[in-house]
Amino acid sequence: MASRDDIKFLSNPKIGSKRNKYCRFRKFGIKHIDYKDTNFLEQFVNDQGKILPRRITGNSLKYQRRVATAIKRARHLALLPYVTDLLK
Amino acid sequence: MRNYEVTFIVDPTLSNDEIKSTAKVYTDMIAKDAKIVHNNEIGLRQLAYPIKNRNTGIYTCTEFEVETGAMIDELELMMLRDERILRFLTVRLDKYGVKYNDDKRAGKIGTIVKKKKVVEEDKGRNNRRGNNKRRPNQNKGAAPKPQAKPAAKPEVKPEVKPEAKAEATPEATAPAPTEN
Repeated sequence: MASRDDIKFLSNPKIGSKRNKYCRFRKFGIKHIDYKDTNFLEQFVNDQGKILPRRITGNSLKYQRRVATAIKRARHLALLPYVTDLLK
Repeated sequence: MRNYEVTFIVDPTLSNDEIKSTAKVYTDMIAKDAKIVHNNEIGLRQLAYPIKNRNTGIYTCTEFEVETGAMIDELELMMLRDERILRFLTVRLDKYGVKYNDDKRAGKIGTIVKKKKVVEEDKGRNNRRGNNKRRPNQNKGAAPKPQAKPAAKPEVKPEVKPEAKAEATPEATAPAPTEN
């Protein structure tokens, strides 16, 4: 039998396949989230400065909570905006 | 022992000496009751939004160690009443926070290094998927075939192959739309 690797596809079979989400804190062993590290926190925020939901970031619940508090602390200290446009 | 971290923003419109003296008032006040682990003067920084009509601020971050947090109430009250302080935030650090700050001071965690790390590991993951699994298999599949084809059964193989293709391609293409 021909294995999957022998088959020549007309279109790329990878297109449309779902990428697996994962919690980067679990994966890379990040235990503490610093509220002063704005470059890092901006990854969890959209262009308007809103916190991205877990279904997009893929964070586990524990670290999503910590990310959220870190972002809120950063906002209080004017390191991140509460509301904007074109943050990134 | 408890570890805390106080970050505050000093008004940038003051003169240089005044800025230093106001920051010093608070670091001294902390030093009186507690043991200062590290005093990080971040310096002038753009505010994300204006506070008291100021667009910039001078950030200072002090990490310290105390038995009890009783002196923090006093400190915060002082800062609240002080007009030269735009904002402040006191945070208690858990053991991971203390370790993080130590590592950061030792230069193990820089924002840039951290970012690079993530990118590198992502690349590594992609490489693992792309190179190690796919390409060798493709090579393996490609390499033995030409040898097998002419040598063994030239008549039977062409019959088998189109079947296999016909079977396999719908399997492969079918799951794609459902995943979308």
